[in-house]
Amino acid sequence: MLADALFFSAVLFAIGVVGVLTRRNAIIIFMSVELMLNAVNLTFVAFAQVYGYAGQVFVVFVMTVAAAEAAVGLAIIISIFRHRHTVNLTDINLLKG
Amino acid sequence: MSGGSVHQALSVAVSQAVPLPGSPAAVAPTFDLHIPSQLTLALGPDIVLFVGTTVLMLWAAWRPDSREHQSNVGRASLALVFVTMAAVVGYDLAHVTAGPGVIAVDAFRWASDLIFLAASAGTIALSIDYNAREGILAAESHVMVLFATSGMMLLAAGRDLMIIFLGIELMSVAVYILAGFNRRSARSAEGALKYFLLGAFSTGFLLYGIALIYGATGSTNLTVIGDRIHLYSLAGTPLVTVGVALILVGFAFKIAAVPFHMWAPDVYEGAPTPITGFMAAAVKAAAFAAFLRVWLEAFGDVVYQWHDAMWFLAILTMLAGNVVALVQRNIKRMLAYSSIAQAGYVLVGVVAGTTLGASAFLFFLAAYTLATLGAFAVIVALGDAGETQLDIGDYAGLWTTRPWLAAAMTACMLSLLGFPIFGGIGFLAKWYMLQAALEASYFGDAKPQVELAVMIVVTSVISAGYYLRLVTIMFMRPVRADGGAAGNAAPRAGHLTQWVVGVSVALLLALGLAPAYLVSWTAKSAPVIANRPTYLLPSSAIPPR
Repeated sequence: MLADALFFSAVLFAIGVVGVLTRRNAIIIFMSVELMLNAVNLTFVAFAQVYGYAGQVFVVFVMTVAAAEAAVGLAIIISIFRHRHTVNLTDINLLKG
Repeated sequence: MSGGSVHQALSVAVSQAVPLPGSPAAVAPTFDLHIPSQLTLALGPDIVLFVGTTVLMLWAAWRPDSREHQSNVGRASLALVFVTMAAVVGYDLAHVTAGPGVIAVDAFRWASDLIFLAASAGTIALSIDYNAREGILAAESHVMVLFATSGMMLLAAGRDLMIIFLGIELMSVAVYILAGFNRRSARSAEGALKYFLLGAFSTGFLLYGIALIYGATGSTNLTVIGDRIHLYSLAGTPLVTVGVALILVGFAFKIAAVPFHMWAPDVYEGAPTPITGFMAAAVKAAAFAAFLRVWLEAFGDVVYQWHDAMWFLAILTMLAGNVVALVQRNIKRMLAYSSIAQAGYVLVGVVAGTTLGASAFLFFLAAYTLATLGAFAVIVALGDAGETQLDIGDYAGLWTTRPWLAAAMTACMLSLLGFPIFGGIGFLAKWYMLQAALEASYFGDAKPQVELAVMIVVTSVISAGYYLRLVTIMFMRPVRADGGAAGNAAPRAGHLTQWVVGVSVALLLALGLAPAYLVSWTAKSAPVIANRPTYLLPSSAIPPR
């Protein structure tokens, strides 16, 4: 049971990482990051079955922080959309060198 | 020079240093962190800052935006930082300690706090002038700096991965906002987006690592993790190895170590200049403080698993940061690569993993923070509305038109380079770090740190190529026909900016002439490396892998 949950969360985490590395749309990248965080939550919950409540407390913190990050991240994405009328990272390239 | 005499020389240097006021008397209060009221007391300075910040946030949002309100909130924020500093110094002088628990109450925490608070005071002072010039009216920018500083203080205090995670996020989310604070600038927004996406990505790695370590040891407390890894010989088990590797990747992103640095130059270039200084100085220092504590207190026993990875990280960071900085034309970008390179030097202190390494680490961070803050203060002082004068060619002939600023910039560059006397404590910081690297090789490990010491010297020579080029341009080239920053008479630096330039450069030079106090301060503030008896023994005592 524990092994299944860990394997499943590792797969979810890997999907999230691949999503961040291959997709170029800022929103999709952000969704992939959220997938990674939720994979971690699953790991915490699985281990909490063995070790007690500390893992579950951690999950609550992660969800809270993820919500705060989403609020700030979407605001940043809106602000870049106002400037560039796109959220595709290949077109957002003022800074380089 | 043999290992023994290096150690002796340093012990003599420390013992001859100015004695600190007060002594660790037996009457110093010890907090029992399991009692909520005592935990609250142990978090005293953090609570002062956080409550004050919340009140200021309400006040900032209460009034409509105006130039005056922006400046008033900024000055109040500055006052709050100084009050918090006083509280930190008070706790430090009282020599309070604490039993086991979620936070640490030790000199390392107070020393790191003072570095962060000094950097945030400088940032707020610069922001007040900078925001007025750029027409940024939102007073919240100063409050965001304070929120980020609260997160940093949690990072310095955290002795539990949960606290460290919250500290990193409190700091990072506030800095994402700050990076994109200039809403009229597309570059600022782009920098913020890149910072946000890569920051959140790295948080994922850090968290997954924490989850695996929790799975391996059943705890998130650093001391307990260290004890259990030691007691049950967990070093080398897959969960611990992968967990440590993922946490290392997470921290490497935060400190912008090569090859996890690609966000840093873009973000540093796009962000408003005072905020760039804040990110380069305080944010990096805070991530490093938590990094060092986690590594020394929890993962000392796992040294064979992380040592080689970290060693390569330090070498790559020193080399790539310095070499790529050579070809930069934009001064903020150049300083971004310079700060990447400096992170490599600091990493040497972490790799060394000794008490001496930890005190060299603090000394280096103090020197680096002052020099970085001073350099960015000069850039703010010379900047024009819209951030136009940022090519290093714009600084041609600065010595003839603004000699004081040119001299200040020179002192900061020489300090980052590690030049004696004129570079203030920069030279001593590198010397101290070299000592730590050389001595660490006698504490037994596969890779002698002598190679790291050689790398510090070689890359310092490379770094002269860009630090000294800026100095040459300021002193030896004539003012350009179109003026540049040097010929631009209009932007006189504001009083607060002048103060930041003056104080940081004065401290750099003064501490360079009388470093004894700083040496004794950092030597006593090195974190206690707990539960690591094997690690501190000579190599012969360590059993083979």
